[in-house]
Amino acid sequence: MEYFLIFGNTPNFAMDFNRIKEKLRILADAAKYDVSCSSSGSKRENKNNGLGNSSGMGICHSYTEDGRCVSLLKILLTNHCIFDCAYCVTRKSNDIKRAAFKVQEVVDLTINFYRRNYIEGLFLSSGIFKNADYTMERLIAVAKKLREEENFNGYIHLKSIPGASDELMREAGLYADRLSVNIEIPTEKGLKLLAPDKNRKDFIKPMEKVKNEIIQYKNEKSLLKKVPLYAPAGQSTQMIVGTSGESDAEIMYTSAYFYKSFNLKRVYYSGYVPISHDNRLPAIGTPVPFIRENRLYQTDWLLRIYGFDVRELLNAEHPNLESDIDPKLSWALRNLDQFPVDINKADMRMLLRVPGLGVKSVHKIIAARKYRKLNWENLKLIGASLNRAKYFITCDSRIFEGKDRTAAQLKGLIMNGCESKFRKELNTQLNLFENPSFQSA
Amino acid sequence: MKFILIYDGSFEGLLSAVFYFYEHKLDDASIVKKENSQPSFFYVDEEIITDYGKAKRVWKGLSKKVSVRGREKIYKAFLSEIPTIENAILHFIKRTFSSEVSIENDYSDPIILEIDKVSKKVDREKHRMDAFVRFRLTNDGIYFATIEPDFNVLPLNTEHFKKRYADQKWLIYDLKRKYGIFYNLQKAALIELEISAEVNSTTRALTYFTVDEMHFQKLWGIYFKNSNIPIRKNMRLHIKHIPKRYWKYLPEKKF
Repeated sequence: MEYFLIFGNTPNFAMDFNRIKEKLRILADAAKYDVSCSSSGSKRENKNNGLGNSSGMGICHSYTEDGRCVSLLKILLTNHCIFDCAYCVTRKSNDIKRAAFKVQEVVDLTINFYRRNYIEGLFLSSGIFKNADYTMERLIAVAKKLREEENFNGYIHLKSIPGASDELMREAGLYADRLSVNIEIPTEKGLKLLAPDKNRKDFIKPMEKVKNEIIQYKNEKSLLKKVPLYAPAGQSTQMIVGTSGESDAEIMYTSAYFYKSFNLKRVYYSGYVPISHDNRLPAIGTPVPFIRENRLYQTDWLLRIYGFDVRELLNAEHPNLESDIDPKLSWALRNLDQFPVDINKADMRMLLRVPGLGVKSVHKIIAARKYRKLNWENLKLIGASLNRAKYFITCDSRIFEGKDRTAAQLKGLIMNGCESKFRKELNTQLNLFENPSFQSA
Repeated sequence: MKFILIYDGSFEGLLSAVFYFYEHKLDDASIVKKENSQPSFFYVDEEIITDYGKAKRVWKGLSKKVSVRGREKIYKAFLSEIPTIENAILHFIKRTFSSEVSIENDYSDPIILEIDKVSKKVDREKHRMDAFVRFRLTNDGIYFATIEPDFNVLPLNTEHFKKRYADQKWLIYDLKRKYGIFYNLQKAALIELEISAEVNSTTRALTYFTVDEMHFQKLWGIYFKNSNIPIRKNMRLHIKHIPKRYWKYLPEKKF
């Protein structure tokens, strides 16, 4: 075909498109339960006029019909797997079509999608074939080829295969922007039940190695001028929610532990989508726990960005999050002695704790109050959700909500005053509990 | 007496109008793009001649009191093409020059807040173009995309695409405003040319685009479809993220 000669950027061999289409169908489908699709936080700039740049913010190039961001080409290298984890579609005992990409095929797909501005890069995971190291080597081979042969500076997220050797993890970080191991099951006893072949230790080992390499990279970077980048976008992990009877406290304490011990950038929470008739798991047809997933993410944000400690939000007295209100409001209602807060005087830490004020509003308030004392009108224009915030703040106005209400009264007032996006789900949930035939299920 | 300052629609023209405002010590004026202006009995029309030197002086004056981000906000608000935005910009500049300290973060002033909000909208549209531009490889070896953004954001996108696609020729063309940015492997430049929407008709696709191009679009469609989890379907959220007006440029929404 003539245009290959004219244009050097197209692959120098013809792809077997029909075969690739079939593989892509299978291996995209198998990768979709991994929720991470972040492409931000890297520092890799375009060099030598090559292809790509991942130094900016992440970009969602599309959104699936379930509303999730599509930023990366997220596929498995293969869905052949020697493990039999109950919660996983790719488990050995599952009767599904299997396929495997060749290294070059993944490289070509990535480059051609990237050049058309479909994606920010590649997120490559894999079923485990032969053994951990053999699998990890193949993932690294793809990343290495992209970086060295294609001069590709887009984003690469590789899965760390549980049990992979330290040498391979070191190498992986030289080509990847982000590495992740999914711990999947929040508690050790749950893991034993659902993934008897797997061991907590095997997840932790590569995570530990990557953490230490990142620390070493940062140390060397402060001393030396030229140190090769090592996993500049850090590490992340994922937990499945609703498989093993774990409480919200168990999930978030595990999460807080991993954030702290391994300097993780993100922990993702994935409401379990029933995919199996295995009686250890919720049956097919069980609703995905959307509200719970959302409340866990809100809690995660409170820990990472709003300066909360996990023990303030979840503890022995409150092992689970309230589903009808968000966790910040829930905390505020338990700590009414700390309110009301004067919007014109309070420090940033306390402003961030006011229900209805987000990070952006807080920054705007702090900037604007230097010019004059702010009143209700100012706060409304700035974008604070006053329907919640008004019960917890005072400002430059004589009118404010009386503070002699109980937590239960406040909760009732606030819930009447705003429309939850989960109203429908919350109602059906209540109906479920009222219906005795469901209670025994 | 109220003056209407009519400018040619360029950013330099707008700044020249601001210069005129100060040069003639006007106290009541509004600034209007020529294409939006209508003759009036009650006001004095004044046609402004765009003067790069004067525009630069205004910009320099602003640099002394307004941060880089603040100045970007003014430029972005201008790119919104909202018919009365010039007067909000004039207000911003007037307040800046009459104040000792920077007023760019005074969000208790509704017009300053308005500039902030409009510039955020323009930013969002710019970011959407970074995301939703879809290149197709033409038979001449150029990666080609058409867009019709709500605001005139293409100048803001140039740097992003230049850094990212340093080793391929590309052309992004704004069908609504009839100009494009072309990168020829050395530099990216604005070009004015007539391209009709016919270039997007599917029946003529092979006249302009390579055979492999169709395969890659199809592959992308397959990927898009198979990465969806049907049980989690949420079309409201989907449409919130990709408003329908952008769909016609996204190959994944065609299959």
